Amino acid sequence: MIEVQNIHKSFGDNHVLRGIDAKFEPGKISLIIGGSGSGKSTLLKCMVGLHAPEQGKVIYNGEDFTRMDFEARIPIRKEIGMLFQNSALFDSMTVEQNIIFPLEMFSEMSRSEKVDRANYCLERVNLAGRNKLYPAELSGGMKKRVGIARAISMSPKYLFVDEPNSGLDPETAILIDELISELTDEYQCTTVVVTHDMNSVMGIGDYILFLYKGQKWWEGSNKEIAHTDVEELNNFVFASPFMKAAKERF
Amino acid sequence: MFFTYFGQYLLLLRAVFRRPEKWKIYWKEIIHEMNEIGVGSLGLIAIISTFVGAVMTMQIAFQLVSDLIPTSVIGQINRDSSILELSPTITALVLAGKVGSSISSQIGSMRVTEQIDALEIMGINAPGYLILPKILAGITMIPVLVIMSIFLALMGGLLGGSVSGAVTPADYLNGITDGFRGYTVAVALVKAFVFGFIITSVSAFKGFYVRGGALEVGQASTRGVVISCISILVADYIVTALML
Repeated sequence: MIEVQNIHKSFGDNHVLRGIDAKFEPGKISLIIGGSGSGKSTLLKCMVGLHAPEQGKVIYNGEDFTRMDFEARIPIRKEIGMLFQNSALFDSMTVEQNIIFPLEMFSEMSRSEKVDRANYCLERVNLAGRNKLYPAELSGGMKKRVGIARAISMSPKYLFVDEPNSGLDPETAILIDELISELTDEYQCTTVVVTHDMNSVMGIGDYILFLYKGQKWWEGSNKEIAHTDVEELNNFVFASPFMKAAKERF
Repeated sequence: MFFTYFGQYLLLLRAVFRRPEKWKIYWKEIIHEMNEIGVGSLGLIAIISTFVGAVMTMQIAFQLVSDLIPTSVIGQINRDSSILELSPTITALVLAGKVGSSISSQIGSMRVTEQIDALEIMGINAPGYLILPKILAGITMIPVLVIMSIFLALMGGLLGGSVSGAVTPADYLNGITDGFRGYTVAVALVKAFVFGFIITSVSAFKGFYVRGGALEVGQASTRGVVISCISILVADYIVTALML
């Protein structure tokens, strides 16, 4: 389980996060949603240690991650898998090398075991046989899937996903959502997804945290979100005429 | 401002020299970088050094217009100036442009495409993995390139001197061997070592902390080259003052 307590983060005069508290449970998909500039990605980066919050704690299974130094964080980081918005694949490496890279650094597996693991991860994301391609040869959706394959190569306990559906067609976006859902079940990992894709919110959101102006404005499940009276949340979720019509029918 | 950047540079170096996660992976990277920096720059350094040596010989001959001075002195002057100054400094300035810009743009691109963040999240010491192999390759291969540059500058001088008729090959060879002191080569190697460290670490520093996109990566690369060049000239003065 991951717990964030009273997280504050500023960039100069811009106070981006203003005391966020939340709990993210294992085996569930938690979505962080909100408008542009609401602090979603900043919260995610504070959680994985890419940003240091000025105040507050990020706690992984009872251990205060924010107070740890680089060395102390390594055991937790080995249990973290992350898919970045632009996939962040190492462009000098092939698909297989990208997936094997964390294993080479931290495992004592033999070469054939590592290749087997890479093949399994690629099969898992429906990219079997694409081992020798370079990231430049992949489409946006394929890059995301390779990013997921790399994230699961070390069998993560914590899976972080930043805007998984940005730049993807609706069909591929649904495939990625389904994949995240299946992997969360398979590894029983604590999955945290930053998104503003409403299909994801309605489809896979076990727990939804809505941020507004750097504050926690609402939290609940995808079943509760359709019946909320919170104006800011309704303005965000049901912004389009299509979604408004869908809510009225619902 | 200067002290802020210098402090940030020192902190980055501290992270660079942290114990590697797995030497085997780092070793592969070091070999790769040695090939990139050393073999990849060989042709350019060979052409520049040969021509500089040839031109230097002709210019020294042009200035030494006295029957009282033996022409073998041309070889001596060319030898000492090539070993002590021209080969280490020109090689370093050229490599600051070629290798330095490549390092800062490579690392800068990795920063803006979140590849460095990906390394850090995996628990890998990103400064160590990305920069240490480049520094180790720089401080080993740049001295090798400087030695080759010295040899080619002297050979260029032989060629230029004999083709232009400024000095006979026999006089020139006599000049470059007469009164040779091995200590001058040691000075050149110390300079090459220091310059190798500056080129790789300064360029990597500029790339590592870049923020923004492609435009900022280009700007960081240019700044890296400029700062490296100035640092090389300052270090050149300091090493010369200390060792000669």
